Amino acid sequence: MPLPAHKRFSATTPPPVVHVRGRSFMALALAPEPPLAAWFVELDEHLAGTAGLFANRPMVVDLSLAAEEGRDAVLILLDGLESRGFRIIGLEGAPPELLEHTHWERLPTQLYGREAPTPVNAPLPRTGSQLIDGPVRSGQSVVFEAGDVVIVGAVASGAEVIAGGSVHIYGALRGRAIAGIRAGAEARIFCSRMEAEMVGVDRLYRTAENWGASLQGRAVQVRSDRGALRLSALD
Amino acid sequence: MSKVMVVTSGKGGVGKTTSSAALGAALAQAGQSVVLVDFDVGLRNLDLILGAERRVVFDLVNVVQGDAKLPQALIRDKRVETLHLLPASQTRDKDALTAEGVERVIGELRERFDWIVCDSPAGIEKGATLAMRHADLAVVVANPEVSSVRDSDRIIGMLDSKTRRAEAGEKMEKHLLLTRYDAGRAARGEMMKVEDVLEILAIPLLGVVSESPDVLTASNLGFPVTLHNPAAPAARAYSLAARKLLGEEVRAEPAGKRGLMSRLFGRRAAA
Repeated sequence: MPLPAHKRFSATTPPPVVHVRGRSFMALALAPEPPLAAWFVELDEHLAGTAGLFANRPMVVDLSLAAEEGRDAVLILLDGLESRGFRIIGLEGAPPELLEHTHWERLPTQLYGREAPTPVNAPLPRTGSQLIDGPVRSGQSVVFEAGDVVIVGAVASGAEVIAGGSVHIYGALRGRAIAGIRAGAEARIFCSRMEAEMVGVDRLYRTAENWGASLQGRAVQVRSDRGALRLSALD
Repeated sequence: MSKVMVVTSGKGGVGKTTSSAALGAALAQAGQSVVLVDFDVGLRNLDLILGAERRVVFDLVNVVQGDAKLPQALIRDKRVETLHLLPASQTRDKDALTAEGVERVIGELRERFDWIVCDSPAGIEKGATLAMRHADLAVVVANPEVSSVRDSDRIIGMLDSKTRRAEAGEKMEKHLLLTRYDAGRAARGEMMKVEDVLEILAIPLLGVVSESPDVLTASNLGFPVTLHNPAAPAARAYSLAARKLLGEEVRAEPAGKRGLMSRLFGRRAAA
């Protein structure tokens, strides 16, 4: 009996396998408000203070407020954002006919995302490190990309600390800590009591079941050593 | 000066409603005027525990939405006359509450009562956040087990960020009430110890209430445990906690104290 058409090839050579992987990433969301000229002045001032932080970042633009200004204004707005180095990957809040027959038409307008976790209330530092004077509770997220994070208190199970540089915890680490988002392999994690769920430095990470029980409850440092994550006791 | 106190936990079934009723009744027995506000719209329970389920006409949702005046909805307890209940609605859901409406009702209650005890629903959604929104202090109820403790930790984080006080940069007073504690099992390592929970949550301890059949018996009869059997260890723990809330310096009784006979025969303490 002949094989059905779609199976004939597989009898001799295995077909190539197509891998589809999911990926999630953080996109910035901007919602320009009329009057747009004044809004751009604000934006430029903001950008001047955070040089390079937004360059080449994926960006979703919410047009629900700006759409009232009409099609021409929206086109100038989008060009203005692009000329500042933003990579616009999606649009929200605009009626579909607004951008018909423009090169923005191809951008997705149905985006299923959620707002990023609310950061812990802490004043933004002037120096290159952020100090949290107290415990980080379950469900809270401390994200500081510009440098080190210092925590005087415990990091609870289900809480996370993400730093551009190193993470210093004067207390028990029971949740997750990720160091080196900016600094890379130079960054380290220090904690005075290791009970973590996960630690990571520079794209390497390990969950608790992958390190020895001998480190549990001790003062520990975590670093990236020639492409591998190394945990060692400090006491 | 009136105080708004939220009784909250994150996790369900740990004893929020029982504790709200017992603490509220104990405060009222100490001469304070108290109102218990049931925020668990859709799953109201506080009326049953106070034995007032057949007296509910108007409820919190009616008052929030302006369909009834506050005095019409308040139910005065028949045993302790300074204790009142503002029941929740059983036929609505949490979306029936609005932030402005709740703020207005809490404001009106502040003019009438010394203590406004808000019994929070489980979870971290709208009902729970509205219950804690206007609180001056919080009683965080936890059981000595890891899931309850982690959920309580999450709630403490929300108390420190989502309440009116926190947003104004003021300090939010928080107290831990550990319920369903069994000293024997904790000693044998089958349950978290008081110290373990305190170490993780890092807030002051208001009291430890031992696991006890008295609590369920009282609830089923429609009595807060402090009214049903004031001599029961659980009732004493709640009364002690209420005295602490009133600012008295009290020394805690050891949880799950065992009598001579039960020690001799190695049986679990009766309460």
